Amino acid sequence: MHTRRAPLRAKKKSAAAHVPELIFGDLWEFDPAPETADPRLRDQYDLFIGGTFVPPRSGRYFETVNPATEKVIASVALAGPDDVDAAFAAAQKAFEGPWRKMPGKERGKYIYRIARLIQERAREFAVVETMDGGKPIKESRDFDVPMAAAHFFYHAGWADKIEYALPGCRVEPLGPVGQVIPWNFPLLMLAWKIAPALAMGNTIVLKPAETTPLTALKLGELLREAELPHGVVNFVTGAGDTGAAVMGHPAAKKIAFTGSTEVGKIIMRQTAGTDKKMTMELGGKAANIVFDDAPIDQAVEGVVNGIFFNQGHVCCAGSRLLVQESIAELFVEKLKRRIDVLRVGNPLDKNTDVGAINSRMQLEKIEELVESGVAQGATIYQPSCRLPGRGFFYRPTIFTAVTQSHRIACEEIFGPVLSVLTFRTLEEAVEKANNTAFGLSAGVWTDKGSRILKMSTLLKAGVVWANTFNKFDPSSPFGGYKESGFGREGGRHGLLDYAKVV
Amino acid sequence: MACLITRRWSDVQLRSAGSARRIPVAKTPKAYVGGEFIRSESGRVFPVYQPEDGGNGERVLLANIPQCTRKDVRNAVEAAAKAGPQWAGRTPYHRGQIIYRLAEMLESRSAEMAGAIASSGGGTCDAAAVEVSLSVDRLVYYAGWADKYEQILGNTNPVAGPFFNFTVAEPMGVVGVIADDASPLLALISQVAPIIVSGNTAVTLASETLPYPAILLGEMLATSDLPGGVVNILTGLKAELIATFATHTHIRGVDAIILSEHRKELALGAAESVKRLRVRPQEDAPHWSDESTQSVYDIRAFVEFKTTWHPIGA
Repeated sequence: MHTRRAPLRAKKKSAAAHVPELIFGDLWEFDPAPETADPRLRDQYDLFIGGTFVPPRSGRYFETVNPATEKVIASVALAGPDDVDAAFAAAQKAFEGPWRKMPGKERGKYIYRIARLIQERAREFAVVETMDGGKPIKESRDFDVPMAAAHFFYHAGWADKIEYALPGCRVEPLGPVGQVIPWNFPLLMLAWKIAPALAMGNTIVLKPAETTPLTALKLGELLREAELPHGVVNFVTGAGDTGAAVMGHPAAKKIAFTGSTEVGKIIMRQTAGTDKKMTMELGGKAANIVFDDAPIDQAVEGVVNGIFFNQGHVCCAGSRLLVQESIAELFVEKLKRRIDVLRVGNPLDKNTDVGAINSRMQLEKIEELVESGVAQGATIYQPSCRLPGRGFFYRPTIFTAVTQSHRIACEEIFGPVLSVLTFRTLEEAVEKANNTAFGLSAGVWTDKGSRILKMSTLLKAGVVWANTFNKFDPSSPFGGYKESGFGREGGRHGLLDYAKVV
Repeated sequence: MACLITRRWSDVQLRSAGSARRIPVAKTPKAYVGGEFIRSESGRVFPVYQPEDGGNGERVLLANIPQCTRKDVRNAVEAAAKAGPQWAGRTPYHRGQIIYRLAEMLESRSAEMAGAIASSGGGTCDAAAVEVSLSVDRLVYYAGWADKYEQILGNTNPVAGPFFNFTVAEPMGVVGVIADDASPLLALISQVAPIIVSGNTAVTLASETLPYPAILLGEMLATSDLPGGVVNILTGLKAELIATFATHTHIRGVDAIILSEHRKELALGAAESVKRLRVRPQEDAPHWSDESTQSVYDIRAFVEFKTTWHPIGA
């Protein structure tokens, strides 16, 4: 399955030979530089309901695996409908009890506490995130965990200022909310979901992804340290059935989901005809558009970051490169040189650029789509880097000669696979970029300010990065157009999605 | 009632017209799509009657209303999609002026519109006159928001890095409106105005029970400065058309006042294209005369927020 060792490459030798090849990657070995902080993990985790860890009613547990080693890390409780009921009962009780009545400034202090506790134990959380999900330690250490803390810190400050969130109106919390998050940024997505909901005064039942439940459960421990009132936040672990129970629960006044468009539609059907408010943060197929006047080396870095960050497990990943025809050949050569020196391997190694694919299932999905790309006639390039003998790994992959009808240009691959298309005019770039059912993000690379603003206006996407990519901030609203979902997370806009106007 | 529009044709009138008898010319009501007046492609109509009988116990026909089909909806969506980019591309100041002009059109023909409402059975002449004035005021209210809502809904965002980051509200595209049955003019305008003010275009299904005022509104839109296709007004039966509003992929959002029993159908169809829905139950419809039914947050319901990042540097 995932044991393919030989890189897939097209036979044809490129004409753009003037790009010097960086060969030092082959000249010497890097010494291993593993992160060794103690993850402080337990062998078994129960459900976090009503402020304590309780075993599942069914008595069933499932195992969570380190995708880089395929070894079991811990066993985790499988929540059934009874457990989800109990979690919502706890959330309802907490909402009617202490949480709704608490003045905003006091509520905010709890959220500040959570931010601080995450910062204090940041390294430990980063290690667990990397072990459980496969992402490089430098990303979990420098991005996921600090950004999660930042989200709590930012939203904590809103708790006593919510009257400014919607000028001219009075807003109130909704009540218990149900949230389901994905496996690509487990702790960060949790923070995106929980922090604004708490700031507005809601209570929460959240289900982490089944392959990455550990940082949520560790956060449960941390919430106990923060002495958050019992039942304000509840974590139920499990797979799709548990998620469906959370999304469909009658007590959930609002549901928020981050995941695939396919599952988002299932949830919308499941809850059709109910009064539940919804936020949907779904898939994407972002275009990263490079004009011929762009600063090329910066753009190459941006494109590489856009698709290979977190192994491409990013809903807003720049998975389609649209490059202007006049520079396409040079640009692609530079891209190939750049990915030749990406270090793929042990996620806990501080030098690793591309870590492990999150699960065997995801790896198989990536392989299937890449095979379709080859079969449909696109030209594949993969570097010859060595992959570890165990675990789920995939080479950074670039497809050229891609047409808009290829599956690799339409479907979300959610892996380290870039499809390169070209364009001649701005209008053509816009048309190709918007020619998708998704609309989450887009990138524009050009030296011309007026062109950036024009592109930003014309692109049907919720986030546009100009001369940068994959930037996030708690104060910056994030969310999609079209089938990438609705509602925003971050900033005043995200906060309002957890409020009702009265 | 004094304000009633003349019956389509009336024996009473013929008899009383004396020697200079004149046969009244009746109007065939038409839907308004892409700036043109159309009959349903199906040729079907449904009759609506005046509230008072003809003195002989028989109902008096007010009009045969086009009973639009899903194909009519699709044609209207096409017209709305075509009109969209240009409408969204007008300056907010210009959109405000056009919507204000629409208020002027309605004000100057308020007696006729009040007659249409009362003749449909939408209330007494006095009540109908009030509904028209409120509708004019509502248009003026939203005209004023055209170049202001962005400053309320948009933001620059203080991100932790050397980036200029701003969020703007953008139109979604084509938005469907399934209008309240009651308050046939005021509800329609209260639903449509906040949608088009931001640059969306609307495909509207008028009140099923009181469709005639919407027909007349179409005639007023045609003489306003509103470009054809920005507001399209269809008439017909909700139960027949909800599915098309729900599932049409190019309709990006739907604002619907419908019976609770239709909610699930609408939501199920909307799921297929992750459509934004704003559904309020017909049984507990808003009190449109209440000022709480107009707000900048009604504009917010059908915009997309776009956030742009750009590095700050030399």
